[in-house]
Amino acid sequence: MAMEAILLFAPLIGALICGFSWRLLGETCACITATGLLFLSCLLSWGAFLGFDGQTYTRDLFTWVASGTLDTSWSIRIDRLTAIMLIVITTVSALVHLYSFGYMAHDANFKEGESYRPRFFAYLSFFTFTMLTLATADNLLQLFFGWEGVGVASYLLIGFYYRKPSAGAAAMKAFIVNRVGDFGFLLGIFALFWITDSINFDVILSRGPELAAATFSFLGAEVNAANTIALLLFIGAMGKSAQLFLHTWLPDAMEGPTPVSALIHAATMVTAGVFLVCRMSPLMEYAPFATDFIILIGAATALFAATVGLVQNDIKRVIAYSTCSQLGYMFVAAGVGAYSVAMFHLFTHAFFKALLFLGAGAVIHAMHHQQDMRNYGGLRHKIPYTFWAMMIGTLAITGVGIPVTSFGFAGFFSKDAVVESAYAFGGGLGQYAFWMLIVAAVFTSFYSWRLMFLTFFGAPRGDKHTHHHAHESPWTMLVPLGVLALGAVFSGVVWHNSFFGKTDQVATFFGVEYALASEHDKDDHSDDAYGGHDHSDNHGRKGHHEDNAYGPDAGDVDKGNHVHAHYVFTSPPGMGALHASPGNDILNDAHKVPAWVKCMPVMAMLLGLFVAYMFYITIPDLPWRWAKTNPILYRFLLNKWYFDEIWDAAFCRPALWLGRLLWHGGDGRVIDGGINGLALGVIPLLTRLTGRAQSGYIFHYAFAMVLGIVALVTWITLAAGG
Amino acid sequence: MDFLLSIVTFLPLTAALILVAGLRGDDAAAQVNAKRLALAATVSTFFISLFVLLEFDPGDTGFQLVEEREWLLGLTYKIGVDGISILFVLLTTFLMPLVIAACWDVTHRVKEYMIALLVLETLMIGVFVALDLVLFYLFFEAGLIPMFLIIGIWGGKNRIYASFKFFLYTFLGSVLMLVAMVAMYVDAGTTDIPTLLNHRFDAEPINLFGWQIAGGSQMFLWLAFFASFAVKMPMWPVHTWLPDAHVQAPTAGSVVLAAILLKMGGYGFLRFSLPMFPIASDIMAPMVLWFSVIAIVYTSLVAMVQEDMKKLIAYSSVAHMGFVTMGIFAANQQGVDGAIFQMISHGFISGALFLCVGVIYDRMHTRDIDAYGGLVTRMPAYAAVFMLFTLANVGLPGTSGFVGEFLTLIGVFQVSTWIGVLAATGVILSAGYALWLYRRVVFGDLIKESLKSITDMTMRERAIFAPLIVMTLLLGVYPSLVIEVVGPSVKALLTQYDTALAAHPPHDAVAASH
Repeated sequence: MAMEAILLFAPLIGALICGFSWRLLGETCACITATGLLFLSCLLSWGAFLGFDGQTYTRDLFTWVASGTLDTSWSIRIDRLTAIMLIVITTVSALVHLYSFGYMAHDANFKEGESYRPRFFAYLSFFTFTMLTLATADNLLQLFFGWEGVGVASYLLIGFYYRKPSAGAAAMKAFIVNRVGDFGFLLGIFALFWITDSINFDVILSRGPELAAATFSFLGAEVNAANTIALLLFIGAMGKSAQLFLHTWLPDAMEGPTPVSALIHAATMVTAGVFLVCRMSPLMEYAPFATDFIILIGAATALFAATVGLVQNDIKRVIAYSTCSQLGYMFVAAGVGAYSVAMFHLFTHAFFKALLFLGAGAVIHAMHHQQDMRNYGGLRHKIPYTFWAMMIGTLAITGVGIPVTSFGFAGFFSKDAVVESAYAFGGGLGQYAFWMLIVAAVFTSFYSWRLMFLTFFGAPRGDKHTHHHAHESPWTMLVPLGVLALGAVFSGVVWHNSFFGKTDQVATFFGVEYALASEHDKDDHSDDAYGGHDHSDNHGRKGHHEDNAYGPDAGDVDKGNHVHAHYVFTSPPGMGALHASPGNDILNDAHKVPAWVKCMPVMAMLLGLFVAYMFYITIPDLPWRWAKTNPILYRFLLNKWYFDEIWDAAFCRPALWLGRLLWHGGDGRVIDGGINGLALGVIPLLTRLTGRAQSGYIFHYAFAMVLGIVALVTWITLAAGG
Repeated sequence: MDFLLSIVTFLPLTAALILVAGLRGDDAAAQVNAKRLALAATVSTFFISLFVLLEFDPGDTGFQLVEEREWLLGLTYKIGVDGISILFVLLTTFLMPLVIAACWDVTHRVKEYMIALLVLETLMIGVFVALDLVLFYLFFEAGLIPMFLIIGIWGGKNRIYASFKFFLYTFLGSVLMLVAMVAMYVDAGTTDIPTLLNHRFDAEPINLFGWQIAGGSQMFLWLAFFASFAVKMPMWPVHTWLPDAHVQAPTAGSVVLAAILLKMGGYGFLRFSLPMFPIASDIMAPMVLWFSVIAIVYTSLVAMVQEDMKKLIAYSSVAHMGFVTMGIFAANQQGVDGAIFQMISHGFISGALFLCVGVIYDRMHTRDIDAYGGLVTRMPAYAAVFMLFTLANVGLPGTSGFVGEFLTLIGVFQVSTWIGVLAATGVILSAGYALWLYRRVVFGDLIKESLKSITDMTMRERAIFAPLIVMTLLLGVYPSLVIEVVGPSVKALLTQYDTALAAHPPHDAVAASH
């Protein structure tokens, strides 16, 4: 237990030391302390992850908000989902801390002699702490604490270059747009508490089937409890994970320093929404309407963000849209019920996206904070190490690998898993999601290679001086690139079976009970898809196969039926880190998709690569010609589908207009006008009564009060006497 | 200690009397002496009030530390505290030393200023401990006089208009409350509040000129008290005196007004309206809830377009008080716990925000948001403190601002999802106005010539903020400090409330819409 507490609080202590006593310790020493504590936290996280035996355990620290039947604690809950988040958070964070020594060494946004590094490291460490509280939460309220805490850290870091007006605006926008999501999240918590009388995971996660059968009156309509709550919680996830309609803050968040973009706006914070949906899987499983909506939004975001990414010129914005798009992939996986696949993509994405961002940071560092790719070109000889790191990141994100084999980069495994799950989901929605993701994969490949070609190939463009001075980054920046590159190469192949292997392997990994299912059982399941109560009976009939995943039973079935052993999750809701309702067989189905489906992502990648090669290597003036011939489409994409403008016209300006109207019209004319009208009648009357027109109102008041008290006392005395 | 509460209540007044009688002259030395005496008196009051907390047993839901004695004209002097009132007493004694310290640089009629503040402290504590109607009324109304003087003498240019507005609003309310108190005395034959709490006021419908008045005489009494407390809160639509009063008040006046005086309205609802007139409260609850939610949305929108910092924070106060009335009239454990918590927490946060404005007002003598920008460059400590309280005002989890908002929202959601959803938009709007204010004042490059030589907070200013920071974070992380004290009393109050409702035959049309 002590270990978990240390890994949770080490970053907080680091943040406090770094933020408040750097004058005592000296800047560098303070930053080293924070970084050291993060590496400690990272080490312990890996220990917790590798040593985790699949059994969920929880430790309460002390009470937080407790009122009536509401009872929440500060606590540490460790299960497989948490363990995955722990290593993602602390690994990327530790590397980003290290990287920041180089990247933040000399920043032109600050004047000579201004101390900004301790503040930066303190914010980074504080972010890590709040993200860890989010991941280790045992109730929705602590999760919300982490949720808002990371929001604040993000706000502070986006606005880190406080002299830039654009940074201040972006920080504020990020916080407010996230608050729109939080509005939904809070309502989801309220509704859950109203119905289940608790917001602790132990209770609410086991109530899925019950909620599916319950209704409550919401805004005058009688609605299904499970669907409504799941939708409301997902609105929160949409804000944090920058899904369509609430995505506008993420590209602007690139105003923050690049290490921040890598840590917060790529690898960790933005994936909190996916984590939330997976954490709530025992509820999501019984909310079919909500999960359909998640698929719809996820797939739409994946494609939308990819289209915008095609034409952006700022290197960080390209990657930002790419993040937005990849988050869409994760949500599709979660929406179809393949939660382990969503976590898989979250896991691999953290490595390769952090790698891409930190690589981009190294490029920006080399180019004297020039971020426009139109001013890059031919950099591969200048900064070879960075080039190869970015190359690995690109190979990973575009999903390079050999279909139907175990050779490929991390993204190859996880993205294929998402795409196959979407296809296996079937029906119109499954087809929609599948094709959206495939097209998005083409675009992903295109913009990723476009980034590579524009940056590292061709002739140098822009300021000659800058190009001449382009230099490789210091070791503090290159080492993190190397470590993340390892992750981008191997995290897929090593953990493939754990996240997206046979159902029994996945079940073991996530600490879920499983059992052998025959085709007959499967039919049974779909009949009583929502009858959570029969569950334990089925359970007994099929028996447990926890210990002998490869035992004689499995072997027999293999031989006898000439099919693969077919397992299903059997834990009741709330047991284990993930839940699959009876009838959710997506993991098995995803493995049975036709071969062409398995090949599609790689084909998409090749197509995108080919087009990018044509556009930026073979015929370099093609993009320009294309923009010229399709001006409307080009402007539409370049301006991000005009979402910012539409939101501004639809919400921001009306709110300010309404505010002014209520202020001048409501408070001014109506309320004060009425009072003044009344006053014109009453005041002269009063002054005549008292006969002291010049006395000022205080005396009026005192007089009236004394009069009142005299009246009251007289009355009481008389009444008591009589 | 038999006189503990009396000592806490009247110690500041005694110090004021010493100032009146003993201190002569208006030179610098006399001024410093006046301030020192005031500070010593308020600090001692705070430490003595801690003994009240030590003596207090949260498990006992009745009144504790009760003192009762005959007074003039057959009236009774009776004071005591229960779980609902005790923390307001402590809030007052906690904040007053900070308020005194905050006006250390005042040079205009210092002695009188200190006297006004000390008298005000006694009167405010008196409101929260009074257990007799006459005593309560005396404290409640008399408290306005020093407040008027503070605004009127040490206030801004337009102070006469502000005090005029304040006067008109509160006058109507207090007249009605006075009439209601007389009526209560006639009905119950006593002015003793604990007795009145157990008295059942008639709630049979009354026919008046052919109109059926549900709730009967309870309704009239309820409305009369409501008029007074709603103005004090202030609730929409009788809130417009507050922004003007704040703008004209000196920093110390604003802090007292926002942090303590506003809480008297909420306290009044809990002490009188809910327990004494349960039937009327239940009938009128939907109306109060709608007024509350309108206040939250309306004043948040208005706050967004303010150009004066104090007005912005004043409007934000009205919005936050909307959460309080909403929680109280949700009439369930979370709602009322949350409402009390929100009042305590708002005392620290709004007090600190007005102090934040005071810090830069003292330096630049303007409250125009446009006059600032880029303060972080020269005032990093100030930027950090202002950031913390801005986030607390926004209701960030981990600060006390969150707990009250969350509990009142989760409470009211169980009563009406419409109210819950609309009020929850407050979490978006508050982020809008608060962060925009912060961005315009603190972020950006420092380019205005007038700001180039501005200095960061002094040690005195830091020392004032430190206790507020501690409380805001402490209550945010461990809110049980408050909830465990108020919880049992609130539970008893609600049990009594529900019993009264159950005993009363269900009322017709109004009940259906509830």
